[in-house]
Amino acid sequence: MDPQRKRKIRLVVALSTAVLLAVALIYTSFSASSEAKEPSELLNAAPGTSYEMTGRVVKGSIQRHGNGIAFRVVDRDGFGQSLPVTYTGTVPDPFRGGREIVLTGAMKSGTFVGERETLITKCPSKFTTKSDG
Amino acid sequence: MASLGSALLGLAFAAALAAGALALAGRKGDERLLTWSRRTVYGFCGLLIACVVIIESAFARDDFSFNIVAEHSSIETPTGYKLAAMWSSQEGSLLLWALVLSLAASAALWATRHKLRDLVPWATAVMMGVAAFFTGLMLFAPDVDPFATLDPAPADGIGLNPLLQHPSMMIHPPMLYSGYVAFTVPFAFAIGALVTRRLDAEWIRATRRFALIAWAFLGFGLLLGARWSYTELGWGGYWAWDPVENAALMPWLLGTAFLHSIMVQEKRGMLKVWNASLIVGTFSMALLGTFLVRSGVLQSIHAFGDNTVGPYILGLIAVVLVGSAALIVSRLDDLRSEKRIDSLASRESVFLVNNLLLVGMTAVIFWGTFFPLISELFTGEKASLAAPWFDRYTTPLAILLVVFTGIGPLLAWRRVSWESAKRVFRLPLAVGAVVTVALVLFTDAESNLWALALFAFAGFALAGLAQEFWSGAAARRQLTGEPGAQALVGLVSRNRRRYGGYIVHVGIIVLLIGIAASSSFQTNRDVELKPGESTVIDGRTITYVKPTVAVDSEKFTFGSILRIEEDGKLVGYLRPSRRFFRPTGQESGTIGSFFAGEATSEVGLRPGPWHDLWIAEQPNIAAVQRGVRAADKGFQACLRGVPGSPPECKALRAAMQASVGDPQREAQALDQISRLQSLAAKNVAQTFLETGAASTFKVIVNPLVTWMWIGGLIALAGALIALWPTRGGRRGALVRTEADARKEAKYREIRDAELDHAAGKLSDEDFAILDAELREEAIEILDREPIA
Repeated sequence: MDPQRKRKIRLVVALSTAVLLAVALIYTSFSASSEAKEPSELLNAAPGTSYEMTGRVVKGSIQRHGNGIAFRVVDRDGFGQSLPVTYTGTVPDPFRGGREIVLTGAMKSGTFVGERETLITKCPSKFTTKSDG
Repeated sequence: MASLGSALLGLAFAAALAAGALALAGRKGDERLLTWSRRTVYGFCGLLIACVVIIESAFARDDFSFNIVAEHSSIETPTGYKLAAMWSSQEGSLLLWALVLSLAASAALWATRHKLRDLVPWATAVMMGVAAFFTGLMLFAPDVDPFATLDPAPADGIGLNPLLQHPSMMIHPPMLYSGYVAFTVPFAFAIGALVTRRLDAEWIRATRRFALIAWAFLGFGLLLGARWSYTELGWGGYWAWDPVENAALMPWLLGTAFLHSIMVQEKRGMLKVWNASLIVGTFSMALLGTFLVRSGVLQSIHAFGDNTVGPYILGLIAVVLVGSAALIVSRLDDLRSEKRIDSLASRESVFLVNNLLLVGMTAVIFWGTFFPLISELFTGEKASLAAPWFDRYTTPLAILLVVFTGIGPLLAWRRVSWESAKRVFRLPLAVGAVVTVALVLFTDAESNLWALALFAFAGFALAGLAQEFWSGAAARRQLTGEPGAQALVGLVSRNRRRYGGYIVHVGIIVLLIGIAASSSFQTNRDVELKPGESTVIDGRTITYVKPTVAVDSEKFTFGSILRIEEDGKLVGYLRPSRRFFRPTGQESGTIGSFFAGEATSEVGLRPGPWHDLWIAEQPNIAAVQRGVRAADKGFQACLRGVPGSPPECKALRAAMQASVGDPQREAQALDQISRLQSLAAKNVAQTFLETGAASTFKVIVNPLVTWMWIGGLIALAGALIALWPTRGGRRGALVRTEADARKEAKYREIRDAELDHAAGKLSDEDFAILDAELREEAIEILDREPIA
């Protein structure tokens, strides 16, 4: 085979691999992602669907609940109706009232039930301004 | 002091602009202007050092008139963390960026002061342009002035977040920054090479070290961050595919690709467009990392608050990308390869594959990181991707990388004959097969096929590397007659780049083994235990012996003593705890406020070569909190003078009443109240010992995770070996010209080929062809040299 043609074949193989990878990437990312919602949007969300909830923990709302905790969250701007949340398992260090959290879970009879190991609390204060003392 | 600092920062900004302007004015070879430009860069560096010294001394002196000190330090902050607090602030981290850049630029210009006359002016201009950008940000952008002051100065600062008070957090940010910033040097020289059309490998030879330093710093920074997460966050993981982590990983991956592909350009004059694009990509990723941390564009556990500098950095990235792309396209004719790849079975083609894998991995991570923005664009909903999505792609790519890490070193440059390939691949393939069979027979590794594949190929790659060292040392022993160990040391120290690189490979493979084992075969349980109770996890009996309480001036620590038994034998005790820090820098009104600060986990960790036992505790302090509320009520009653309260209350109340309108007495009275409250809080905290409440323990048995840290350190050591200047290089650096460097590089290639031949990697036939080619190229270089 002459080298010119060999190079062309190599290029085609490389490009098609790249395209295949790209298609797989796009397909899986749209199907695997969970929609991000704020608590106020979740109040009337369909039960059973998995969402990634981002909200602010209401100060003083955290209660132990067997092996887990129950608390309420509001939208990140701190307004709106609060959403009850339950979560089983240990919580990350920075978790407390007033902190922003990200939690994956689904609605179940009016309560947002978090999946184990998905609770993320935002690291506070590094680079933040006075608002979060 | 602050105004002096501001003035120095202003001067530094002017110096950066002046150095760039002088360099451009002298670009036609005006020696005087270039020397002054270089000196101005050194001056810029000196000014920034002075700025940092002023800020650090303000931290050391608790000078809370500095805004940055008041917000990130406090009197109680331990001294070491006071000094590290500078870079926990936005403005301090920008100052650190500028400082590291000034150091890197000075070092680069010093190293090239006798070389690359045509190219250096442009490189200087680029570096100083970036420097002026970051210095200018601090001067002109709102809210990021490191010398902002507070009037009146507060009595105490807010303090450094206790979560950040961890040894690795002191050096993690400077390491990452140095990594990000040092990539500016190869980038700037690449731009210089493109502008002046000096597109041979000279710019690479001049800046290769900086790329490697940047790579090592960035890698070490990532490792420290992972370690911090593992031991400090009470979560037990070391990597979460969080946007900010990804932002640091992406330039590291591209940098890894760059370090490999520049060798192909150095030796074969190929991949020029690729290399120029890679370094532009790496530098843009480094800027993007700096941007992501400060922008709040993506949801991250590293919430860095709203800020003001994000858009500017985004602007800089756009300028870098558009400018560089235009420059590369306009120079395409000069960027043509000098040669073509001879054979698919050659080291350069393996480097190409490894580059594609690394870039592919970066592309996957980039897509995943920015997916929330992409999905919002297309569907209107912000959706994000979790760790399993990233794992699905990065796992096979990492395994392929290990495969090619194994193949690469076994192949020679240019071409390999079937015969020599058979010879060098026999042992590594056999080891890979034996590892697979042994794992299947004696462990349950086959329950995770990805992990099994990784272990098998890791065995293959490690055996190949061991064979490289072995046959290299044997060849050297034959050539020099040195005894074995000495031959091995001599081999490594005479070929630092090559064998340092191999040591890096060993480290990375060991690290990947640690990641694969700990992520695939980990046991992770939450258990609730009362004092005296036990549980059995993975053959280990864990007994909650008793609760502990410790109280000091800054925190309450509630913890436990756990007895660990394996096979009925006592192996040790672990003491996990949770610390509740008192809020600093604000008035404490109630006893309850002593518990209102940050809480951190102190993990009980029992590391081992086979398993880590990792335990974090969530103590149930509900009873303590009830006690606190009761104490607060009692205290209020006492101050109000409710009948039946103890006699001290009366005295205190009298002191309060007497102090009205007298600030000095009032302070005394408040001080006394605070002392009493603190005493009460201590007493209440002690009740934790008696409640007998169940605590929740998160127990993780993590196989082989220790090897992750060890592998990282091995890789770092390998990078240092590759970086260490050779004796000839140290002396020669002063006088060496470009022609000398080119000759030296070619001679090294000839020596390399001789070693490969002696080690049996090149057959006699291959060696004869290769040696003839190399000698011809060397003569070409000598011919081109003007006769002195």
